[in-house]
Amino acid sequence: MNYLIGLLAIVFFFLAVSVITKSVKLNNKLSGTEEEDSTVDNFNNANGIGMLIFWLLFVILGSWSFLHSKPDFLPVAASEHGVRTDSMFWTSMAVVTFAFFISNTLLFYFAFKYRFNKNRKATFYPVNHKLELIWTVVPAIVMAILVFTGWRTWRDITSQAPSNSAVIELTGHQFGWYVRYAGVDDSQLGNVNYKLIDETNSLGIDFTDKNSFDDFTATELHLPKGQPVLLKIRAQDVLHSVYLPFHRVKMDAVPGMPTKFWFIPTISTDEMRAKLGKPDFNFKVNCTEVCGRGHFGMSITVFVDEPEDYKKWVAEQKPFLATNPSYLDKVPANLKAKAGKYIPTEPIATDSTEAVSVN
Amino acid sequence: MSTAISTAEEVHTHDHDHDHEHEHHELGFIRTYIFSEDHKTIAKQYLISGILWAFLGGSLSIIFRLQLGFPGMSMEWIRPLLGGWIDESGKLDKEFYLAMVTMHGTIMVFFVLTAGLSGTFSNFLIPLQVGARDMASGFINMLSYWFFFLSSVIMFSSLFIETGPASGGWVIYPPLSALPQAMPGSGLGMTLWLTSMTFFIVSSLMGGINYICTIINLRTRGMTFTRMPLTIWSFFFTAVLGLLSFPVLLSAALLLIFDRSFGTSFYLSEIYIQGQALPNVGGSAILYQHLFWFLGHPEVYIVLLPALGMTSEIIATNSRKPIFGYRAMIGSMMGITALAFIVWAHHMFVTGMNPFLGSVFMFLTLIIAVPSAVKAFNYITTLWKGNLVFTPAMLFSIGLVSMFISGGVTGIILGNSALDINLHDTYFVVAHFHLVMGAASFFGLMAGVYHWFPKMFGRMMNKSLGYIHFWFTFVGVYMVFFPMHYIGIAGFPRRYYTFTALGNDSMAAFTDMNMFISIAAIITFGAQAIFAWNFFYSIFKGKIAPANPWKSNTLEWTTPINPEHGNWPGEIPAVYRWPYDYSKPGAPDDFIPQNVPHSATLESNLPEENAEIAREKDIDGLLGAQNESYKH
Repeated sequence: MNYLIGLLAIVFFFLAVSVITKSVKLNNKLSGTEEEDSTVDNFNNANGIGMLIFWLLFVILGSWSFLHSKPDFLPVAASEHGVRTDSMFWTSMAVVTFAFFISNTLLFYFAFKYRFNKNRKATFYPVNHKLELIWTVVPAIVMAILVFTGWRTWRDITSQAPSNSAVIELTGHQFGWYVRYAGVDDSQLGNVNYKLIDETNSLGIDFTDKNSFDDFTATELHLPKGQPVLLKIRAQDVLHSVYLPFHRVKMDAVPGMPTKFWFIPTISTDEMRAKLGKPDFNFKVNCTEVCGRGHFGMSITVFVDEPEDYKKWVAEQKPFLATNPSYLDKVPANLKAKAGKYIPTEPIATDSTEAVSVN
Repeated sequence: MSTAISTAEEVHTHDHDHDHEHEHHELGFIRTYIFSEDHKTIAKQYLISGILWAFLGGSLSIIFRLQLGFPGMSMEWIRPLLGGWIDESGKLDKEFYLAMVTMHGTIMVFFVLTAGLSGTFSNFLIPLQVGARDMASGFINMLSYWFFFLSSVIMFSSLFIETGPASGGWVIYPPLSALPQAMPGSGLGMTLWLTSMTFFIVSSLMGGINYICTIINLRTRGMTFTRMPLTIWSFFFTAVLGLLSFPVLLSAALLLIFDRSFGTSFYLSEIYIQGQALPNVGGSAILYQHLFWFLGHPEVYIVLLPALGMTSEIIATNSRKPIFGYRAMIGSMMGITALAFIVWAHHMFVTGMNPFLGSVFMFLTLIIAVPSAVKAFNYITTLWKGNLVFTPAMLFSIGLVSMFISGGVTGIILGNSALDINLHDTYFVVAHFHLVMGAASFFGLMAGVYHWFPKMFGRMMNKSLGYIHFWFTFVGVYMVFFPMHYIGIAGFPRRYYTFTALGNDSMAAFTDMNMFISIAAIITFGAQAIFAWNFFYSIFKGKIAPANPWKSNTLEWTTPINPEHGNWPGEIPAVYRWPYDYSKPGAPDDFIPQNVPHSATLESNLPEENAEIAREKDIDGLLGAQNESYKH
């Protein structure tokens, strides 16, 4: 059916073209004017008027489509800096839409108004320094204001993370994200080394570093509402990019070069569900740097919890060492006692089942 | 008496030259049409190659637009063409989707809008508009095209290999592009991509050196820099940009070749892939991005400046008015050229680069909006109180100005690093650069073809078909790229095969919009068939062109309708005035070509121009020296 419609459209299109061309030729013959001025033909007026009609339709349809799509734009930002960048975005958008509207209106209106007329001569008007000065200085001032506000926001967003931030590591790989928390005891992430990666220890956690003993991994990202969160971002194989659309967070994950981004989530998952009236709404982490076949599907779910719920959730998580006690072997002798604390007294028979699920 | 003798001698030498050139015309078919050193033939070779590439690049985009607009659609019908790239369930292969996105970008940016646009019109117009018999080195010019041809063949062949062409995006960021195990397209396909681009860069450099030399050294007598048409200025700046930035891309590509084939670690560090820890340490993936964008950003202007230059010429001619602010136009192009080199890292705000560097590049980037705004306002003022003749070229030029504005303004948002955080790598970026760089340059290319077709082939293209082509393309391009901004604001990332993983029904919200964009893209692409037919038909069957069909002032219209090798059968004309004396008060015609001396237009001369009359003797006196320079 679709093909039929498409085919018909093409056929009708070419019919229309041939009819128009023929009728214009006929028209030329009838009016007997193979115009002396051969560069100007009968279409000149139509093209000039077309410019104005095009612009009027553009403005009407553009405004309508914008209003129609607006409900589907990202809802209000769920992070502190996001609210700031959002308002700056819409302010900048208003400024540029104004510039866009004025200059396009002039362009199309002049095209319409000054379309060829045999009885008129164009005005010889090669230069006006004052005008040029005005439209150099005015955009420069507007730019300066936009840059300055943008720079202040950028400076604040990229400033040092507060010391009380929840430290969470996100590691991109083909095609998913590993999540690691610093643990409850030391709030410090232990070292990782890509050469230590194996089937269970998919992050390459280095157990010669005592900070790693209480680290735990997760398959979802839990964030505390209203508290600063510092994402430490890594990649194992190729470039990835951490994108939390609702939090206006984006930062590339680069193999061999850890990156970071800190922010304060302000709306919990439950609040957002209520706000949007979607009981199954979830925040997401997506990938925005092309990384191969599964790029588009590289997503995990983010839960923003009330601070007490977050604490409870963190407390329930078991350190990696606790679920995989065999890694105690990798701990140097002098730290064995410290690491032993995390090993359950009744060892799990073998660690295989639990370990795979952590992956 | 001595002057008389020397004139006679000049005439004699000239005759001799002419004879000599006559021998050139006896060259066989191969040296005339294939391995030609004539700039006009080389320009046509570039143009036709560019048009073929454009149709290929465009059809790739149509296939992936089908995937994006109709995600449930069965692609069985295209299996005869794509074979194994359609999987068992009749869907497009996910890696081939990325390959098409990559090849679409590569083809359009380099093969169509760099070679097809700059290669065509720099070659064609520089000698004709500055008044030269050919390029400074016809041989290097020929080599330039054939290196491009070789590069084209290699790139084209990569579409047919089993592992598919390069697939990591047209920016081919390592490590994805460096590691064949990361995706099949990073194997042989990427090797071919890099080889092809290496030849492409060689070709660009040969072309660029020629353009610069010709503009500086081979201007006809009287053609001072401030009498050059803006087209020539734009080609000059473009060539400078290319000459300084393409070598950096070459170095980026060479280091990548070393990493891929010789085990170095320029871009690779601490990689664990496919169950294997690679030995590479100490490299920086960000280094590649700096090198790439050091070309990548100037490349935007390499693509755009020639379009803007040609548009200046076409708008002035068809408004029957001088271009407004000639010197401001040169100044703004100069400003854009200089700034183009120091804004590259705005493509990298969220790569983990030092945020301070981000601040610096935000300042520099937003400065470039100022000369761009000046250009837009000058175009609009040129239309004001003109007497506009809407030739197809004029329509496309007005379209260019509109696209340049509409796509340009969103650059102010993307250049703001704080706002770029959320918009980076979304469809907002795709919409932005397709309008300002893709569509605007494409419109410039089309305007140029319609305007200079009579000079290229001695025949006219059909105007009515030109109008229809314009309106379909103009409306179509806006229908494709204007709504795309909305999808970007809604946070849809680019290079996604499908948007299911965004969750929360966000995909459903824009299903109809994506469908609309895809249909608009198909119609716009389909409308290009009108152009193709008009172009190829008119080459052979078009109406014979008059000598100066648009009543234009520049020198190319003083040549015969079908200029031979050497361009002017007699002396190269001298130039006495700037190229924009349209509708000059007091003049009988509404245009005064550049080769008309002020002494012949006493009725329309401005007071300061009467002083020029005294200098005409000096200009004429240079004839001997000019002829001397063409002696073999």
